[in-house]
Amino acid sequence: MYMKVGLFIPCYIDQFYPKVAIATLKLLEKVGCDVAYPLQQTCCGQPMANSGYEHLTGGCNDNFVSNFAGYDYIVSPSGSCTLHIKHHLHGTNETAATEIRSRIYELTEFLTDVLKISTLEATFPYRVGLHQSCHGQRGLHLAQMSELVAPPYSKPVQLLNLVKDLELIQLDRRDECCGFGGTFCVTEEAVSAKMGKDRVADHLRHGVHYITGVDVSCLMHMEGILKRANSNVQVKHIAEILTATV
Amino acid sequence: MNQLNLDHAHAAIEFNKNEPRVDWHDETLWFVRTKRDRAVAQLPEWEQLREAASQIKNHVLSNMHDLLAQFEENAKRNGITVHWATDGAEHNAIIHDLIQKAGATRMVKSKSMLTEECHLNDYLTRHGIEVIDSDLGERIVQMRKEPPSHIVLPAIHLTKADVGETFHEHLGTEKGATDPQYLTEAARQHLRETFLTRKVALTGVNFAIAETGGFVVCTNEGNADMGAHLADVHIAAMGFEKIIPRAEHLGVFLRLLARSATGQPITTFSSHFHRPRPGQEMHIVIVDNGRSRQLGRPDFRNSLKCIRCAACMNTCPVYRRSGGHSYHSAVAGPIGSILAPNLDMKLNADLPFASTLCGSCSNVCPVKIDIHDQLYKWRQVLMQEGYGPTSKTVSMKAMATVLESPRLYRMAGKVGRGVLRFAPVTVENRFNPWYNQREMPEPPAESFRDWYINNKKA
Repeated sequence: MYMKVGLFIPCYIDQFYPKVAIATLKLLEKVGCDVAYPLQQTCCGQPMANSGYEHLTGGCNDNFVSNFAGYDYIVSPSGSCTLHIKHHLHGTNETAATEIRSRIYELTEFLTDVLKISTLEATFPYRVGLHQSCHGQRGLHLAQMSELVAPPYSKPVQLLNLVKDLELIQLDRRDECCGFGGTFCVTEEAVSAKMGKDRVADHLRHGVHYITGVDVSCLMHMEGILKRANSNVQVKHIAEILTATV
Repeated sequence: MNQLNLDHAHAAIEFNKNEPRVDWHDETLWFVRTKRDRAVAQLPEWEQLREAASQIKNHVLSNMHDLLAQFEENAKRNGITVHWATDGAEHNAIIHDLIQKAGATRMVKSKSMLTEECHLNDYLTRHGIEVIDSDLGERIVQMRKEPPSHIVLPAIHLTKADVGETFHEHLGTEKGATDPQYLTEAARQHLRETFLTRKVALTGVNFAIAETGGFVVCTNEGNADMGAHLADVHIAAMGFEKIIPRAEHLGVFLRLLARSATGQPITTFSSHFHRPRPGQEMHIVIVDNGRSRQLGRPDFRNSLKCIRCAACMNTCPVYRRSGGHSYHSAVAGPIGSILAPNLDMKLNADLPFASTLCGSCSNVCPVKIDIHDQLYKWRQVLMQEGYGPTSKTVSMKAMATVLESPRLYRMAGKVGRGVLRFAPVTVENRFNPWYNQREMPEPPAESFRDWYINNKKA
């Protein structure tokens, strides 16, 4: 099946974590997608919207629509930015915006639900902790939520289970927020940092080598805390692990 | 420092100065959350129960007028006197008047968050009426002249040692005592005297039933009964949203309430009051205090479905690490943050921002209020109505200008990375809140776009 995929790379990944974007591109190409990266893309507008300024996101919206109209699928290595587009993208061209809202996928849900990936050539011989980013989990339903009385499932875990030699640890609190929260991380710095420290401590208690997840924003926050504590534990976006070889 | 005079972020800074205490507070409330999880997991029909409760409450919100009128008619027929209060001031005046008519100067009160919302204790104290809160947690915070920090567990911010100290001061218990049995017994003896000598008792209302004109009060300590049965005058205060259509609906709500609140299958006492006993007066005060306004806001009306279980507080990772007082409002936590702006936008403009929008609150809510979506919507309303600081509006406008222009965005990105790489001191300093407890990300030489153009776009 030929499908044209538009790669949406959130602004902070483009600027600070290009390796995550490269891994995502390689992963999508490896599983047979024809991927294009529209060159005039910027930001989904979430930083303004979550701060109460959704009324200032019209420019970002129109830019997003002009970059991504016409693709069969739009895929992004971020649950949070994907959720924002899915819920809040509108535009001068509302028909195109509506189309985009229904065609955008976070990377792991695209791999499991659309491509139905059942094998992967990846090896990662380490103990790994999975951070369930809230917007991906509770917003996009990438995994079952601990608050509900409902059968368990997890799209990221389904993919990590395909990676050779990877040992996934169980956390004490399997889906507590890390405290990043967009501008919350600076406006509510005390609580944000404390939440991050507590989340990281849960992973460290279980002896992880790496913390992974579907959102680089959460990982960036936890990385900042790990580095401040001079920890050897590193963060890796799930795309980096799904493309890892020894 | 008194957290109540600060906005949420600054109150949270104060709270976080004692990290072991934050850990203790977090773990205590997380324990309640896990108890709730175990309790609800025993009901395979849990999610259907939530849905049923949500639909019943939606029906209530759409038929509020008729249900209240039906309730009033039936309550009157039962011999209950019904009073209507537009706001907190009216509520307080009605109750003051009833106490005076009873010739009393003292009143015993069992848990009612509505009276906190209306600041009844302050009002009555100023008018020479002594109020004794009879629930243990409420009594403790009352002695300390603090408001409750949690709507179900009012003294959850205090340790056994704190309580021991307070009781030593007010009840004359041994100094340094921390044994819960000993302290509870001291409170029991003190309150027993109160119950026996008060002529007027006030209780809250958990559910008022339109078809019967009766109401139900859920407690664990039985103090509502102790107060109401011994007093000549029983006053019950309720926000008008406490109405439910039929008695059979209690079968849904009573199963949800205690499991969500504390992980108990049901509260120890579910006391049904329908009519005064011979010789007793029974009054019910039905309060609006902004509820009609909230009912008229399409995006926020369903916050009135709340049954005050506090599950959203126990699960909230921010609440657990900032404490109830940081919300400077009678109802703290996520639900408080969507109720409080309706009461006063200016005073409570910070609260909808005291959240990461993680969504756990909406998932535990037994009546399925979309709490985190309403937090997002309140943020929009508050900033559009001008309750944000000017500096924030200016920086958001600048940010939008940069992010909507591919050219400016790329230039800003390049400059930003350059600054971080070659002059990190400009951001790695005490003026950068990120850097206070976290390292900055390591900036790469090229953006993904640069890499893509160099490597892929041939």
